[in-house]
Amino acid sequence: MINSRITQKIAFFGLFLATLLIVLPVGMILVIIVQKGWPAITWQFLTDMPRQGMRAGGIFPAIVGTIYLVGGAIMFALPIGLLAAIYLCEYARHSVITRIIKLAIVNLSGVPSVVYGLFGLALFVVFFRFGVSILSGSLTLGIMILPIIVTASREALESVPYSFREVSLSLGASKWQTIRHIVLPNAIPGILTGTILGLGRAAGETAPILFTVAAFYLPQLPTSLFDQAMALPYHLYVISTQVPNVDEKIRYGTALVLLTLVLVMNLIAIVIRAQFRKKKKW
Amino acid sequence: MVTFDIQKLSVWLGSTQALKNISMQVQAHEILTIIGPSNSGKTTFLRMLNRLNELGPRFRREGALLFDGTDIAALDAQIVRKKIGMVFALPLPLPLSIFDNVAYGARMHGVRNQKQLRAIVERSLQEAYLWDEVKDRLDTSAFKLSGGQQQRLCIARTLAVEPEVILFDEPCSGLDPISTAKVEDAMVKLKQRYTIVLVTNNVKQAARVGDRTAFFLSGELIELDKTDKMFTAPQYRRTEDYIRGKFG
Repeated sequence: MINSRITQKIAFFGLFLATLLIVLPVGMILVIIVQKGWPAITWQFLTDMPRQGMRAGGIFPAIVGTIYLVGGAIMFALPIGLLAAIYLCEYARHSVITRIIKLAIVNLSGVPSVVYGLFGLALFVVFFRFGVSILSGSLTLGIMILPIIVTASREALESVPYSFREVSLSLGASKWQTIRHIVLPNAIPGILTGTILGLGRAAGETAPILFTVAAFYLPQLPTSLFDQAMALPYHLYVISTQVPNVDEKIRYGTALVLLTLVLVMNLIAIVIRAQFRKKKKW
Repeated sequence: MVTFDIQKLSVWLGSTQALKNISMQVQAHEILTIIGPSNSGKTTFLRMLNRLNELGPRFRREGALLFDGTDIAALDAQIVRKKIGMVFALPLPLPLSIFDNVAYGARMHGVRNQKQLRAIVERSLQEAYLWDEVKDRLDTSAFKLSGGQQQRLCIARTLAVEPEVILFDEPCSGLDPISTAKVEDAMVKLKQRYTIVLVTNNVKQAARVGDRTAFFLSGELIELDKTDKMFTAPQYRRTEDYIRGKFG
């Protein structure tokens, strides 16, 4: 008896320690970034162009660039990813080929982001002649987050009970009507979760935008899809490693803004998801 | 009048043969009850009638299954399922409001007029003896209803499509005796206008509501006769044993 109580305590302690080890670094990163970056956050920092070779002024073009890139990536990846997920989940026959396709999609999310960057350079910048532009960058980021969105959407679609589909079909509804009116509305929360994950990944990655869109120093706002643009992750890399004598608080301030931006995007998606969950009636 | 004419029907789901050489008829405006132990093929048989089995993988059938003289495989699946409604074993409301559940089929078949939809919903709920209990809360979730109410909602939802045949797959298996009595009442009254096929595990229920009763065992049709006769003087020993509760 005593033995089992001791093992229970050891197990509990081990599990607690593992959880603590996960929470601790995240908390520390947050604390350090907020502590060091907060003094830099002023209205001017958020809305002004960078000045004096990025050692002063603001980061406005990088914020705008990141929002454009993430928006473009989602606009490209969400519809295509969702349609592909619907096809794979509802229409594709159960065959070896579909299994290989599904496996390939899952594995795509493990491809290093710099590979996507090179792919985007070859396909969009060079082959399609989009140049180093917001369009090329958005499409590259979009392709990078496609597997995340497809996988999450598929799981969301599969989690809708089969009996709902059967009931709908048994009332004489067509397959598409069943998907449109029963399956999709109940899968939206899960699909949005995938979108949130994709958003965060697209906003934070540096490598895919390195060759396809990012400008080193461009103190003006982009005016078309074919313009280059600054972006927060790349800007952070540049002022941390490429430009000497940048004030530490500007670097941490930039990191804080990037973090907050991702958080705000996630929050919006979480609120929408909560709205749909409230409407869900089972 | 014959609604279904089934000749030498055999069905395989995967590698198991679920139905073996079944030949029988379903008459118009009768309640045909199907009894038999679990795994006897009753549900598979029922799901043949509105073509639900073919949705699963590796489904294969032999023999003829005529609905009003035409083989159902030659008809459009959507039309078959519209004309032949189904009430499932467990109450399965769709994740919608009470109103939208009942209106679902009509909407899918193109009824857009709000007034028309409201009339359909009211008529169907009344036919399923649920209207008085829910008329003041049609916009609440169907999941707020009790199990018995949910099952009558499912009946109303099936009626709203104006089918010719209604298939019941053990509709009272999850219900208490009072709810069961209400569902049975509804079925008997529906007989005047619909043909009903009822699969049930409850032998007494078959005796109460059936005009004719079929006994299935291991995928075979053992006996099919008038319910009264079947329950007083069954032809086969196995039928008698099952009815008396000696096995199954």
